[in-house]
Amino acid sequence: MGMTRNVSLFKALGYKGKGPFLTFILHRIGGIGMAVFIAVHVLASFMGGPAGRFLNDIYESWPFQIFIYFCVMFHAINGLRITILDLWPKLLEYQREAIWVEFAVFIPLYAFSVYVIVSNALTGG
Amino acid sequence: MKRQPRVVPLSKRGFNFEMQMWLFTRLSALAMHAIALVAFVGAMVMGARYHMNFADVMRWMFTPNVTHVQSTNLPDLDPWASLFWKLVAMALVLIATAHGVHGLVVIADDYIVKPLGRKIVRLISIVTMIAFSLMGLYVIWFS
Repeated sequence: MGMTRNVSLFKALGYKGKGPFLTFILHRIGGIGMAVFIAVHVLASFMGGPAGRFLNDIYESWPFQIFIYFCVMFHAINGLRITILDLWPKLLEYQREAIWVEFAVFIPLYAFSVYVIVSNALTGG
Repeated sequence: MKRQPRVVPLSKRGFNFEMQMWLFTRLSALAMHAIALVAFVGAMVMGARYHMNFADVMRWMFTPNVTHVQSTNLPDLDPWASLFWKLVAMALVLIATAHGVHGLVVIADDYIVKPLGRKIVRLISIVTMIAFSLMGLYVIWFS
């Protein structure tokens, strides 16, 4: 049953898989980031009180918002690409082009979100 | 030259639980995009154009829960806390929890390969899923 992989974590991180690998690893980072921090956010909102308030204050701070926006938006846009390609497998032939389209959508959307978050944080509005 | 794909009928390949969850992951992703789109249109209808910035609208799309728009300039939060939005947020929380917990199981399976370890991961995941679904629903309906 079990498979053994003789690859260390650092070797795996150094793997040069280009676009598909980059999206794979960012999808994973985004997924784990969301699972962990949204779970903490739900838990904090559920608990309430000083401890919950403390955790949610961290969650709502602008540096953290920049991180969680990255997780959600990259995971959402990359997930849409995976869904479309997997449900219409004929399109898999164009997956490298699809990754370019994906970044063309993600970078402006995310950059604009970061700009709005940072400018709001600086002006206090 | 075009290669001929080898197609195994679904009945022979087995439409087992892992296969169903593979499909569920894709379909739930589409469902969450649909919910985000509904939340976006709803926010525009309810006055986001005048009182919210881009990041606020995105946050509302991530989960249409009224506490996500408390910090905006909206004059009246009542329409944002209506029964409709609570039902939408509830659907999102249930779908997202199932999608996310299954995703964590898939990641764990890459590193935990012994059958017993995988069984333990699945047990923990079921407990986690139920607990966080209930907590999420409590936050949406009672706080």
